[in-house]
Amino acid sequence: MNYLDAKHIKKSFKDVDVLHDVSFSVKEGEVLSIIGPSGSGKSTLLRCCTFLETITDGSISYMEKAAVVTNESGKLVYADRSDFKEILKCFGLVFQNFNLFPHYNVLKNIVQPQRIVLKRSKSEAEKVARQLLEKVGLSEKERAYPCELSGGQQQRVAIVRALAMSPKILFFDEPTSALDPQLTGEILDVIRLLAEDNMTMVIVTHEMNFAKAISDRVIFMADGYIIEEGTPSEVFDNPKNERTRQFLAHYNSAN
Amino acid sequence: MSFFDIVVQLGDSMLNSIYIFLLTLLFSIPIGLIICVIRMYAWKPLQWLVKLYISVVRGTPLMLQLLVVYFGPYFLMNMKLTTEYRFWAVIIAFSLNYAAYFAEIFRSGIQSIPVGQHEATYILGYGNIQKFVRIIIPQMFKRVLPAVTNESITLVKDTSLAFAISYIELFTEAKMIAAAETSMMPYLVAAIFYYVLNLIVAGIMSLLEKRMNYYKI
Repeated sequence: MNYLDAKHIKKSFKDVDVLHDVSFSVKEGEVLSIIGPSGSGKSTLLRCCTFLETITDGSISYMEKAAVVTNESGKLVYADRSDFKEILKCFGLVFQNFNLFPHYNVLKNIVQPQRIVLKRSKSEAEKVARQLLEKVGLSEKERAYPCELSGGQQQRVAIVRALAMSPKILFFDEPTSALDPQLTGEILDVIRLLAEDNMTMVIVTHEMNFAKAISDRVIFMADGYIIEEGTPSEVFDNPKNERTRQFLAHYNSAN
Repeated sequence: MSFFDIVVQLGDSMLNSIYIFLLTLLFSIPIGLIICVIRMYAWKPLQWLVKLYISVVRGTPLMLQLLVVYFGPYFLMNMKLTTEYRFWAVIIAFSLNYAAYFAEIFRSGIQSIPVGQHEATYILGYGNIQKFVRIIIPQMFKRVLPAVTNESITLVKDTSLAFAISYIELFTEAKMIAAAETSMMPYLVAAIFYYVLNLIVAGIMSLLEKRMNYYKI
């Protein structure tokens, strides 16, 4: 089953077209990486799929249920309120700058959303939180406040907070861009762990080696178009398109 | 009259000043929060109405507003003015006035919260009310504490404006005694009282700020 279908997505900010007719889908258990130069629209695509931005045209479905479609007259039609709320529960998002709640400690950051949104009991929510914290090596930190943690630790808490909501798909919006190389490693290890558990993930990243190693499929974007799409070896080792070659060559020389 | 006699004689009116201060804070903070939310999120015509309200309240003297609230019922509806109403006129005028300022302070606090906090709550599935009650407003209060301290200190001094409708608070009575005794001493006592009360207010607010320091933004 396709967990996510995004079809003919267009997005413009005022007169600037950021996404031109982009379509892609994500299957159960798949790890998809989206790479490309800055300004290529990859983060915007992710933000459209998570409804942080409203699309200009196109359709988005989760678990084969339509969240938004464009009708014949070009108007966006959203799923009704209760369906849409269910659709929001299908996915989680890990932000570039974590966005933990600074006034709550680690445990409360993870427990409160489960209690409010999923109506889990306190003991159940805490059990889920503690299991996941142990998995990412942060059991000791459940009473700490976000400001007392390193960036890598904060991001691991953010991943746990998202996972605790039992999403079908987890999106990562440049999860390591705010971190130094050592902390980046911490986060990539966690994502690798999730991939081993067959978590369905969409990762927007600049970590090419990581994307190559972990992904089932890679999308290369530039100027608001999907230029190339395929397995890591197709995209990284035998890129067909000139833009992809240029981008990867630039990237390899920089390393 | 000795310094001590004056302090004793002014005791009741000092209490009245403190009542004005406390009741005004008690009412203006929640009203300010409501005005702030309307100003930011309500149906557009309501927003305009509230903007006009804030603009008029901030653009005219508090003393004039106080006179309007006190004499308005008499001139507009021919109602009889009681002594009791004098006190409530002060509380109503002050609360409505300070609420406008607090509303703008709260708005600045809410707007200073990074958009990422809103996005995180949206993705996690919080409703708007849950988002405000649990995530936005608690963080907003920490951010606005220094500005709220400022307003509170101004309010302590503004209580003396109740003089305009002859409500017997500290300043009104100090002026009466000063005239009767032809002495500056009552003013000195009043000045010390306002200053000490403000020291206490500032002290309490800085304690509050310290208590909120368990997390950093």
